[in-house]
Amino acid sequence: MMTVRNRFIFSLIFSLPLLVNMIGMPFGFMLPGGDWTQFVLTSAIMAVAAWPFIQSAWASFRHHHANMDTLVAIGTVTAYLYSVYALLTNRAVFFESAAFVITFILLGQYLEARMKDTASNAVGKLMDLQAKDAEVVRNGQTVRVPLAEVKVGDVIRVRPGQKIAVDGEIIEGSSTIDESMVTGESMPVSKKVGDKVIGATMNSNGTFLFRAGKVGDDTLLAQIVEMVKKAQTSHAPIQKTVDKIADIFVPVVLIAAIATFTVWYVFLNASLVNSLLFAVSVVIIACPCALGIATPTALMVGTGRSAKLGILIKNGEVLEAANTVKTIVFDKTGTITVGKPKVTDIIGDEQSVLQTAASLEAASEHPLAAAILAEAKAAQVTAAPVTNFQAVEGQGVTATVNGQAAFIGNTKMVHGTLSPDLQSQMNALQKEAKTVVVVGVKGAALGLIAIQDTPKASSAPAIVALKKRGYHTVMLTGDNQRVAEAIASQVGIDDVIADVLPGDKAAVVAKLQKEAPVAFVGDGINDAPALTTADVGIAMGSGTDIAIESGGIVLIKNDLMDVVTALTLARKTFNRIRLNLFWAFIYNTLGIPIAAGLFAGLGLILSPELAGLGMALSSLSAVASSLLLNTTKLQTKQKIAA
Amino acid sequence: MIKLTVLLTAVALIGFIGWWFFGHHETAAVAAKIEKTGQDAQVLVSGGYAPETVVLKQGLPAKLTFLRKDPSTCLDHVVFPDMGINDFLPQDQAHTIDIDTTKPGEYEFACGMNMFHGKLIIK
Repeated sequence: MMTVRNRFIFSLIFSLPLLVNMIGMPFGFMLPGGDWTQFVLTSAIMAVAAWPFIQSAWASFRHHHANMDTLVAIGTVTAYLYSVYALLTNRAVFFESAAFVITFILLGQYLEARMKDTASNAVGKLMDLQAKDAEVVRNGQTVRVPLAEVKVGDVIRVRPGQKIAVDGEIIEGSSTIDESMVTGESMPVSKKVGDKVIGATMNSNGTFLFRAGKVGDDTLLAQIVEMVKKAQTSHAPIQKTVDKIADIFVPVVLIAAIATFTVWYVFLNASLVNSLLFAVSVVIIACPCALGIATPTALMVGTGRSAKLGILIKNGEVLEAANTVKTIVFDKTGTITVGKPKVTDIIGDEQSVLQTAASLEAASEHPLAAAILAEAKAAQVTAAPVTNFQAVEGQGVTATVNGQAAFIGNTKMVHGTLSPDLQSQMNALQKEAKTVVVVGVKGAALGLIAIQDTPKASSAPAIVALKKRGYHTVMLTGDNQRVAEAIASQVGIDDVIADVLPGDKAAVVAKLQKEAPVAFVGDGINDAPALTTADVGIAMGSGTDIAIESGGIVLIKNDLMDVVTALTLARKTFNRIRLNLFWAFIYNTLGIPIAAGLFAGLGLILSPELAGLGMALSSLSAVASSLLLNTTKLQTKQKIAA
Repeated sequence: MIKLTVLLTAVALIGFIGWWFFGHHETAAVAAKIEKTGQDAQVLVSGGYAPETVVLKQGLPAKLTFLRKDPSTCLDHVVFPDMGINDFLPQDQAHTIDIDTTKPGEYEFACGMNMFHGKLIIK
C-alpha cells in the first residue's frame, strides 16, 4: 500500500503532462497521441493514486455511510467515465479535471497529516521528558536500573545534571532543580532535606538522595500526560452541532449535485458536458474536512500549549465554560495568601524580643509559634534553654529564660497596662488585621510581634490583570470580616464574603452562579465541593491527586498569575475554534452555490480543478489556524519585579 | 424524451440516496468473547466499524482489536473521547487497545474527524 505522500508524487508526475497540454492548448500545442495520451495518464492516476478513495467510498457505501472519500470518488469517477465515453464518441474530453482534483486533494491530505502531527505532539514531548533509568541504592550499593523497575520506597541517588526519575522526598543533600518542564516555573528551585522532588525534572548542581514516593502511573508527570491526552481527545459542546451536520452532509451534497445537473441539463438546456462539470464541482468543493478538523486541532494545540506552561485544562467542555465566566471567586488562605502566617512587624528591641519569643515558643506547636521560629531562624537568633514552662489558658505561655520569668501572649499577661506608645502601635497593627502578641519579662512588656498570613507576591498583579479583562473578583474566607477586608484591600479584590464555614463555600458559589457564570479558584484540598459546583473549577498548586480530580483547570504552580494565563488561553482557544468553524461554514455555503453555477450569469464559475484546490486549502487553513495558537501572545507579565 | 428520462432518473437517484443513507438500518451489537483472564473483541474498520456496537462485561480486563482494511485517512485514527485514547490504526495490521472496564456505561468511539461512530457498552 502506497503512502499518501507517494500517491501524491505519483499523481503529480502523471498530471504534469496534462498541465503542459492544458497550457499549450491555446497556442496550438498538443501532447503526442492527443486525447489517448490523456486517457492513459489519467487512467494510471485513477488506478493507483485514486483507487484507495474509491475503495473506501465503496466500503462506506455498503455500511450506509458516506464520507469525504465518497465525494472525491464520485466526483472524479464521473469526470473520468464521461471523458472515456466522450473519447470513444469523439467529443471534448476533460480527463485533466479528474487528474488535477486527485493531485490537489492528495497534496492537501499530505500537508494536513504533517501539520496534525505537529499539533498533537505535545503528549509525545511530555512523555520524552521521563528519565530512562535511575541510580537506586540497594544493599549499600548504587545500581542503575530502568525506570520501570523503580519501586516506592527505593532510595535514589541524583548527581549534578541528572534527571530525577520519579516523585519523592529528599532524605540527604540539597540542590537546585529546574522544574520548568513540568511546572512551567522558569526559575530553578532550591531543595533540601524534606522537600519534595518531581520526576522528570532536572537536577542542576548538587548531589542528593531521595526516597521514591510515587512511581509509574502515579507520578505527577504521568497524571499530566493522562489529563492532556483526555483533553485532546475530548469534544467541545460546540462540536456537537457540527457533528450533526457532518452526519447528513455528504448525502445532502450528492442530492444537491444531482439536482444541479438536472436543473442545468433539463431546464436550462445546458450542454451535457457543462451540466456534468457543475455537478462534479459541487461534489468536490463540498468536502466537510475543514468542519471536521476545526475543533480537534485547535483543542490539541491549545491544551498542549497550556500544559507546557503548567496549566492543565481538563477538556473541551471546561474550555467552552471558561469562555463564559464573568465572576472569579478566590479562596483566601493558600490561594490569595501564602497560607503560612509570617512575622510582619517587631516592635521594641528586635534582638531581645525575638530571642525571648523564640525561646518560649520553641516547644510549642501553635501555628503562630512556627511563624516566630521561622523569623528567628532567618534573623539567626538562637533560642535559649527554658525551665518552668507553663501554658496559661487563654493568655499565653510563661517560662524562665536566662534566669528571668518571661512571657508571650495577649495583654492579660502584662501586669498593669501597656505603655501608651505600645498600645497605640498595637491598635494600628490590629487595624491592619494582624495578630499581635506581647513579649515581656517580669510582667513588663519588652515589645510586640505582629503576625499575618501575607498575600502572595503574584496575587495583586493577577487581580489587577483580571479586573482589566472585565472579570468581577470575589474573595471567600472563613476568617472574620476585618482580616478579610485588610487582605482584600491589599490585593485590590472587588468583594469580600467573610465568615463562611468550609462546608458552605459551595453554597455561596451556587448563589453567585445565579447572577453570572463563576470560576472558583482554590487549593483543591478542602475546596473540592466548591471547585465542582463552579462552572469552572481552578485548582491551584500542589499537584495533588484531589486537585487533579476536582479541578476543571489545574495549575501546577502556586502562582495566581496562571489564573490569568489559563483564562486567556481558554478564551483564545475557544475563539479559534469558533473562527475555524465560521470559515469552514462560510467556505461551504459560498462554495456550493458558486460551484453549482448559481452565479454563472455573472461569469463566476468554479471548475472541478479549482474546487479541488479550494477544498485542499480549506482543510489546510483550518490546521494552520489552529497551529497559530502556539504562537499567539498571552499578554500576561510572567515575571513580577521582586 | 431524453430529458424526461434524465429527470426521472435523477428523482429516482435522489430517492435512493435518501433511503440508503437516512433510512433506518439496524446493526447488531456484538458481545466480547469472554475467557477466564479477560475478554476480547474484534472490530473491522472498513467504511465504518463492524460491528458498530461492542458489549463488554464490567470488571473484566478487555482487549479491543481494531483491524483497518480501509485505506482512507479518514479512518486512520480511533478516538475514545472519554478514555483519552487517540490511537493510530496501521492499515492491514491488528491494533489492540486495552479498555478499562471498571465503570459501566456507554462509551462512544469515533474516527479522528468524528464522522464514523461506534459504541462500547460496558455492563
